[in-house]
Amino acid sequence: MAEFWDGGYAYVATALLLVIGLYAVLVKRNLVKKLIGLNIMQAAIILTWVAAATRPDATVPVLDTHGEHGHHGAETVVAAADYLNPLPHTLMLTAIVVGVATTGVAFALLISIYRRYGTLDEGELLRRMRGEAG
Amino acid sequence: MREYYDDRIVALSARLVTPFIQLFALYVIFHGHYSPGGGFQGGAMLAASFLLIRLSIGTDAAQYQFRRAWGTPGSSIGTLVFLGTGFIAAFLGFNFLDYAGLPLGLPEPELRNIGILAVEVGVAIAVTATLTAIYDDLVGERLEPLTAGIDEATDLAEADQVDGSGWDAPEPADG
Amino acid sequence: MRRLVLVVLLAFAALLLYGIGHLPERGAADAPPNLAQSAAGSPNAATYYVENAYIDAETPNMVTVTLADYRGFDTLGETTVIFAAGIACALILRRAKR
Repeated sequence: MAEFWDGGYAYVATALLLVIGLYAVLVKRNLVKKLIGLNIMQAAIILTWVAAATRPDATVPVLDTHGEHGHHGAETVVAAADYLNPLPHTLMLTAIVVGVATTGVAFALLISIYRRYGTLDEGELLRRMRGEAG
Repeated sequence: MREYYDDRIVALSARLVTPFIQLFALYVIFHGHYSPGGGFQGGAMLAASFLLIRLSIGTDAAQYQFRRAWGTPGSSIGTLVFLGTGFIAAFLGFNFLDYAGLPLGLPEPELRNIGILAVEVGVAIAVTATLTAIYDDLVGERLEPLTAGIDEATDLAEADQVDGSGWDAPEPADG
Repeated sequence: MRRLVLVVLLAFAALLLYGIGHLPERGAADAPPNLAQSAAGSPNAATYYVENAYIDAETPNMVTVTLADYRGFDTLGETTVIFAAGIACALILRRAKR
C-alpha cells in the first residue's frame, strides 16, 4: 500500500479517467458529448504511458551542454540511468497529434450529419434515418 | 449568424497578444533541439495564433494574416518538405531519411542536426496549415455566397447577412 | 438499460484495477522499460537512444532526436495522417459553387 502513495496513484487516476470517458460514450445522448468522452479516454491513455516512463533519480531527457558547445559530441559520456526513458514521450507525441486529427474529422462528420438530418441527438437521429429508409 | 466575437476590447487584446504568441511559437519550433518542443508543439501554437484572430476579428480581416486559400496547399508543402529531405538522401545513395546523405559537406553529426531541423520545420508548416484549414472548414464564415445546394437545416439567406460592427465615424466638429 | 450500463462500467473499472495491481511499481529499476538489456538478450532501444543521441546528432534533446532521426519514419506517417485529416475535412465540408 505504501507504493500507492509513492507513485501508484497515477494509474488509479488514469483508470478513473478511462471509466469517466466510457460513461460519457455509453450514457450521453448527444453525439458531441460522446466525442468528448472519446477524447477523455485518449487523454487517459496518454497520461498512463507518460506516467509509466519514469526512473528513480532521473531527470528530463535533455542533455545539459552549457559548458560544452563547440565541444565535439563524440567525447560526451551519457549514463543512461540518469535520464528518463524518451521512447514513451516520443510515441505519445504522435498519439496526441493523431488524436487531434481524428477529432477534427469527427467534427466534420458531425456537421455533415447535422446538415443532413437536422439533429444531433442519437435517438431522434435513428428515428429520422429509419423514417427515410422505411 | 455571426461567428466572431464582436467587441472592440476583445479585438484590441487579440491584436496585441498575437505577435508574441507567434514569436514564442517560432522559438518553440527552432529550439526543439535544445529544450522540449519541436515541430508539432510550435505548429499548434502558430495555428492557435491564427485562430485567435479569426475568432476575435472575423475571417474577412484575418485574410490579411493567413489566407483561407493557403490551408490545404500549406499542408501539402509541409509534407513535401519532409519527404523531400528523405528522398534527397535516397537519390544520393543512402537510405531513405538517412540525414547523413544530405549534400552539404559537413561532418555527419552536424548533417543530422540540420536534417532534424529541416524535418521539424516541414512538420510545423504542415500542422499549422492543417489546423487552420480544419477550422476554416468547420466554422469559418463564407467569403462568397453559395448559389445552390440549400439544405433543410441551415438557412443560407440568414447566414449571409453580416451585421456591421456598430462603429460609426465620429461627427466632424463644427467650427 | 441504466443498470446494464452501470454493471458494464463497474466491471470495466474492476478489470482495470486488477490490471493495475499487477503492473510493476512505477519507476522501478527492474521494470522492462528501464532494463539495460531486454529479457531476450537484445540491447534496450531506449538505452541506446539516450547514450548515443548527442554523439550521433549533436543535439541535446533526446526526444527530438528519437522522434526525427531514429524513429523518423513514424513521424513521416504521422505527418501523412495530419495531411489526410485536413484533406478529409475539406472533402466532407466544402461545397462547390454550382
